[in-house]
Amino acid sequence: MDISTKLLTMLLAILLFVAIVGLMLFIAGWTERRSASFVGYVFLFPSILMVSVGLLYPAVRTIFQSFFDAAGKAFVGLDNYHTIFTSPDDLLVLRNTVLWVVVTPFVATAIGLLYAILVDGARGEAFAKALIFLPMAISMVAASIIWKFVYEFRPDQAGVKQIGLLNQVVVWLGGSPQQWIVNSPWNTFFLIVVMIWIQAGFAMTILSAAIKAIPDDIIEAARLDGVTAIGMFRFVTLPSIRPSLIVVLTTIGIGTLKVFDIVRTMTGGNFNTNVVANEFYTQSFRASNQGLGSALAVLLFVLVMPIVVYNIRQLRASEAR
Amino acid sequence: MSSKRSSRTLAAVSGGLGLALALAACSSGTSGGTTAATGGTTAASGECAAFAAYGDLTGKKVDVYTGIVTPEDQPYMDSYKPFEDCTHAKVNYVGDKAFETQILVRAKAGNPPDIAIVPQPGLLAQLVATGAAKAAPKAVADNVDKFWGADWKSYGSVGGKFYAAPSGASVKSLVWYSPKEFTDNGYKVPTTLDEMMALTQKIAATGKKPWCAGIGSGEATGWPITDWMEEMILRLSGPEVYDQWVTHKIAFNSAAPTAALDAVGAYLKNDKFVNGGLGDVKSIATTTFQDGGLPILDGTCSLHQMASFYASNFPKGTKVAQDGDVFAFYEPGVKASDHPVEGGGEFNLAFSDRPEVQAFQTYLSTDLWANTKAKISSTATGGGWISANKGLDVANLTNPIDKLSATILQDPKTIFRFDGSDQMPAAIGSDAFWKQATAWITGQSTKDTVDKIEAAWPKS
Amino acid sequence: MSTVTPQVDLTPEQRAALVKKSSSAGRAASIARKKATSPIASGIAVLLAVLWTIPTFGLLLSSIRPEKAIKTTGWWTFFSDPQVTLDNYRTVLSTEGASGLGSFFINSIVITIPAVLIPICLAALAAYAFAWIDFRGRNFLFVLVFALQIVPLQVALLPLLTMYVKAGIGGTFWTLWLSHSAFALPLAIFILHNFMKEIPKELIEAARMDGAGHVKIFFRVMLPLLTPALAAFGIFQFLWVWNDLLVAITFASDNTVLPLTAALANLSGTRGTAWHLLSAGAFISIIVPVAVFISLQRYFVRGLLAGGLKG
Repeated sequence: MDISTKLLTMLLAILLFVAIVGLMLFIAGWTERRSASFVGYVFLFPSILMVSVGLLYPAVRTIFQSFFDAAGKAFVGLDNYHTIFTSPDDLLVLRNTVLWVVVTPFVATAIGLLYAILVDGARGEAFAKALIFLPMAISMVAASIIWKFVYEFRPDQAGVKQIGLLNQVVVWLGGSPQQWIVNSPWNTFFLIVVMIWIQAGFAMTILSAAIKAIPDDIIEAARLDGVTAIGMFRFVTLPSIRPSLIVVLTTIGIGTLKVFDIVRTMTGGNFNTNVVANEFYTQSFRASNQGLGSALAVLLFVLVMPIVVYNIRQLRASEAR
Repeated sequence: MSSKRSSRTLAAVSGGLGLALALAACSSGTSGGTTAATGGTTAASGECAAFAAYGDLTGKKVDVYTGIVTPEDQPYMDSYKPFEDCTHAKVNYVGDKAFETQILVRAKAGNPPDIAIVPQPGLLAQLVATGAAKAAPKAVADNVDKFWGADWKSYGSVGGKFYAAPSGASVKSLVWYSPKEFTDNGYKVPTTLDEMMALTQKIAATGKKPWCAGIGSGEATGWPITDWMEEMILRLSGPEVYDQWVTHKIAFNSAAPTAALDAVGAYLKNDKFVNGGLGDVKSIATTTFQDGGLPILDGTCSLHQMASFYASNFPKGTKVAQDGDVFAFYEPGVKASDHPVEGGGEFNLAFSDRPEVQAFQTYLSTDLWANTKAKISSTATGGGWISANKGLDVANLTNPIDKLSATILQDPKTIFRFDGSDQMPAAIGSDAFWKQATAWITGQSTKDTVDKIEAAWPKS
Repeated sequence: MSTVTPQVDLTPEQRAALVKKSSSAGRAASIARKKATSPIASGIAVLLAVLWTIPTFGLLLSSIRPEKAIKTTGWWTFFSDPQVTLDNYRTVLSTEGASGLGSFFINSIVITIPAVLIPICLAALAAYAFAWIDFRGRNFLFVLVFALQIVPLQVALLPLLTMYVKAGIGGTFWTLWLSHSAFALPLAIFILHNFMKEIPKELIEAARMDGAGHVKIFFRVMLPLLTPALAAFGIFQFLWVWNDLLVAITFASDNTVLPLTAALANLSGTRGTAWHLLSAGAFISIIVPVAVFISLQRYFVRGLLAGGLKG
């Protein structure tokens, strides 16, 4: 296939898509006169169809498979879940996952928010934001090598130089180099740092937009009242951007639960750093234990439930308002 | 038929330029299959005559999917050229580092390639279990009987049915060392395991850490220890016990495997013996296997156990030879007369029985392909590729390590065994064994390690 | 009356609501500027920026150092012993005679553009329905879509590939467009829904009073106000698709379809030794996403301000 064929295929796809959306809108406009609520179904139809086929069906299938054995043939009831909650290795995996989900969203959001406030309206704001955003633009393949140059360990002996920046700093300060990604439990935090490094840019971008949208009269009024910078943040900024904060925390929290490539490329899940998402991947695709892999995936659904419930309650509250 | 083919090959091989000429002649005759059939008098079309049995495959395509990527991929593609030029079929080579997980997904989803180059018998069995794989045609089976023998054929078979012919091979029973250091200090290449330990202690007595190792390999971290353990079982308990261990006829935590892992620990878990140039015992876990043997070059390490393919791992300009910067010796057995050898290799598994796929599969199982590939690899990547194909002419290998490895493989005294963890079920061979071996090197006891692996062995 | 003119006519209330909503950015910024001038604040901002950039900067320097230097010394050695080479880039750009990086680059573009446009359009419509149309089952469907965010896309790989093969589109660009769109929808709908909820209720109600239908409101009122949100999500979706490796190698099985990331992942070599090449390759792959961010970022902020001028 040459370039022009590819580009033509792409154009064709886009045109086809536009035609489908056009048809949808036509149907929506036509039915609208009879029933306004019907428009809702028309608007939703393509999205619901796609997520049903692409996500819902596989999810249900996974739940189903989690009650079967490694080959997916014999029904084993809750055996796979029993395995997860009794094996010390898997319990460690659970502990690590909780650690990731508790630490990452809050730290990444806090840093993103702090930075968004600090550079807001400053000279060179766009450039300053691009710097923090940069990690988001980097693929995992690249990120893994970037952090190799940070955490790499070389022994403390003549003729051997450090390659990892962190150990070089330790050596400059007179210490001896450490094996950052081996020594548990701190190694988990060193891996979490990578996720925070990536996600802070996401938080910063969304929150910065939210801060800029704070109605001017509120700020003006607060200023006339002589509110301090910290007071301004607490009583004006924070309440105004609350919905965006929830979006950011939720998105990063869910993203963190699903992240597996950081762990996979940096430790392979060894040295007590494994997390549920990585163990799920290992069991499903390497160890070919479909049942246990599915059970771990289901565990991921369950872990996210509190986040879903919280968001729904927020939604209800805002609707009542 | 195949004997005729191989004699013609040899003629072309000895000509040096013969292959190039043949390719030129072949590609000029693109009008169809008749050219090759009629022009049987010249040496060039004689070269193509080796492919005559496959017929004219103009317009046919064969998809090859593999985990072998740059820079080793180009020699593969080049070695397919004679087939493409003479049969006019097209071979589409796709290399993907995630091959080992992706091939299973593709096979299960009904989207397999025509041919996959599978690096482990365990994975081969999993692929056959999906029902998508096709048994090898008779021509391939005949070639394997002729050029490999029963043991290699069994590694390419599942449940008694023969599926895949071997492709490349590697010899794992090698210990890398610096010939210059050995000469300067009067060290002798050990011929028994006891001598190897004595040499280790001798070097350690000078205050130098003799061994270096690295087991880091991303999600596969830990596998070099499985190789160490396999070597030890094979040597200490013999090939029969080795086979029982691999097929789980004896438990993973029984006496023989436990003793073998302890024997590995005598080297790798002794702070006086490791990790030359790289740190303490724990540093083995974080050093990548690629870096594990490099300290030999700067003299901070003397010995490193790793397979033959490690030759290509040394920086450009390193002389890998008996009189060079670095070389390898055969890791000895308990007695000097023992010749146990552990190795690995790839297999060509087909997912289609279309004539062009079977023709290509047959070509890959010939000595013609093995020699063509060996020659191309020798010039393109400085070697680093061998085959256990007995028709492989050692003279076509330029790299001394390749020569050594091929000689070891073809030695009639050799008792060859395939990498054990590669044959175990995936839950062990690509998960628990690696993970527990890594935990073991960072402090877990031998008993806990073998117990946990035994517990992970799939029931049924 | 408002139905005839192409430019939407807003009632005074609508206009007021719009202005109130979005004209604030300019002055808010001026207040913030005062804050940022405090030396401690600037100090912290600079510190964060430096911390965030150093790892990537290390990669940049590594990518122009010779192989031996990369493997034996840290990248900061560059300052005391500057050895520069373009060999890494040269090797990366010249590998694979038949299909160079260029063709993978085109594939990435062909994959990414529809995979960004499709989910954004569909999600905007769905988010509008969830936010402003009353229909039975709305809450249930919203919770369902929201909860689907957690499905690890790996569980979908095998069933989807099976379906694609059965449908006869296995290995084509279509599989990637459809998969990326489906995977992106839950998050896109969630984010856009929250943005839409922020739009003053009066605005929609006033338009409804005027007799405007949902289709019209969506295009005339919502879309212009949504520009920043769409740009924001567009950036993220672009990055995810551009940097994706797993989805691509699962559904695309051929070099004619595989994206840049697949070529990059293989650059490190069969045994992963070539990280000098990987550093150069990684840098090449960063260029496009960063360019997209910088260009869209301006639009992102401007879109927010422009919203106020529309009325």
